[in-house]
Amino acid sequence: MVEPAVNTPGAQAASGNGRNVVEIKNLSISYSGQTALEGVNLTVREGEIFGIIGPAGSGKTSFLKAINRMDLFSTAMEVKGGIRFLGRDVKDWRNVYALRSRVGVVFPLPVGLPLSVYDNVALAPRLRGVKKKADLDIIVERCLQRAALWDEVKDRLDSLGSLLSGGQQQRLTIARSLSQDPDLLMLDEFSIAVDPVTTMRIEDVLKELRKEITIILVTNLVQQARRLADRTAFFLNGECVEIGETEALFTGTVKDQRTLDYIEGRFG
Amino acid sequence: MADQKQEQPMQAATSIDAIDKRNLDWFLDKGVQVLIFIGGISAIIFVLGIFVFITKEGFDFVLSRFDLAEFFTSPNWRPTSSANPTYGALALIVGTASVTGTAMIVAIPFSLGAAIYIGEFATGKTREALKILVELLAAIPSVVWGFIGLSIMNALIIDLFNVPIGLNIFNAGVILGLMAAPIMTTIAEDALKAVPDEYRAAAEAMGATRWQVIRKVVLPAAKNGLVAAVLLGVGRGFGETMAVLMATGHSVQIPDSIFDSVRALTATIAAELGETAVGSDHYGALFTLGIFLFIVTFLINLTADLVVRGIKKK
Repeated sequence: MVEPAVNTPGAQAASGNGRNVVEIKNLSISYSGQTALEGVNLTVREGEIFGIIGPAGSGKTSFLKAINRMDLFSTAMEVKGGIRFLGRDVKDWRNVYALRSRVGVVFPLPVGLPLSVYDNVALAPRLRGVKKKADLDIIVERCLQRAALWDEVKDRLDSLGSLLSGGQQQRLTIARSLSQDPDLLMLDEFSIAVDPVTTMRIEDVLKELRKEITIILVTNLVQQARRLADRTAFFLNGECVEIGETEALFTGTVKDQRTLDYIEGRFG
Repeated sequence: MADQKQEQPMQAATSIDAIDKRNLDWFLDKGVQVLIFIGGISAIIFVLGIFVFITKEGFDFVLSRFDLAEFFTSPNWRPTSSANPTYGALALIVGTASVTGTAMIVAIPFSLGAAIYIGEFATGKTREALKILVELLAAIPSVVWGFIGLSIMNALIIDLFNVPIGLNIFNAGVILGLMAAPIMTTIAEDALKAVPDEYRAAAEAMGATRWQVIRKVVLPAAKNGLVAAVLLGVGRGFGETMAVLMATGHSVQIPDSIFDSVRALTATIAAELGETAVGSDHYGALFTLGIFLFIVTFLINLTADLVVRGIKKK
């Protein structure tokens, strides 16, 4: 279980055959009748970092919630349209927990569960039945190393995860997501509560991960999308204004003037 | 692009069924959900069962003998009169309401004060000791409180206020207030504790005094929980039987002053039910009182619940 099993889709990521991990068709999301997102069509390809930029309230977080069915937590949230994950509509998944276990999520504010550092990272493997201490040790060390946290916490794996600093907790959250061995990693403005140095370290981690995991990166830092994303979508007021190759967008090749205005900091 | 897309469903279909399958964990989850659902629904079944039972017992009376106007407007509760039994509950309703009202006048300042002190001012051992004491206070049986009302408060009131009878609204109200205060304190303190410390820090950082922070930030934020605490106290007062039976004087009358004896709805049922023949008018009338009590307590609790929800929505 340390290496992604050969027959899972994740194993094929490195080959980058361009399979679509997420396909969104005419997606609309509303809260108690109030539209948060309307008419979104896009695909996220295997092995890419797909950036989503846009000001607050543009529907970015709602978009992520719809993908791994976090809408089930809220009776007010209504999702219409098609979301296919690994080729199957998320509403047709027979085991929603299996769906969620394939999708890692990193929330804006770090969530260090009230467990030890070790147990935080070992939780997901244990949930899927890994019991041997030796196996868990390998997974924990590997995930913490990939999240660039190992050197800082290797001597205090038994201390509470919630006692780490904000930046460390956010990397712990990433390590925990990686321990799920997910096909898709969704990051929602991960750098909001993290200092610039740690942000750069996490960005380096994400660049490494790109080879193995498909990533959706929601960010309010336009330059972060430029540094990391292969393609970028611009959301504004619940509308997906534009999707394009990141480099093209940032060098002025835009279809919609609003995208350029946002990227160049004229609003938002 | 188009070719690729057509190929994928085939390729995905094989691997996805291996991922998306209902395993043991999934079935375990469903099973536990069913058990928890049964546990949750049983509360509703019990409440409905109680309601059906007391309604059934009071039903014949309500249909044959019951007079709505008499029930709510006549102060004459004379169920045992052989010539002309009357079933006016007004005096009993006024009795219960006046005792509960007095109890709240006593309990609200005590409980909110205690909650604010425990939650906002007390620290360390004082705080822990107070919390344990308050919980201990809540565990005192109501008959003990009634005993205090009957033996200690009675004599005290006669001496202090120079009134002929010490068993009256004032006595029962104070006793009931002291009984309800610990529970109200606990709930109110929970409401205060639920206010995030960041609110206090933000307000204190503006130079607000402790009291200003409490009055302008903490109390408004905890408002719903505090209102719920008071309403639950009211519900407790309405339903309390033994202490009220012992401390009110148990005499049917519309009181003129706080030092008049009264009789409560609950006390009437407790004192008289044992002496009635099952199925008689008197028996049915007592169950009708029960239905009335049930509906009132239900409405009070419902209001408390809606208040708490209302605050959440905002």
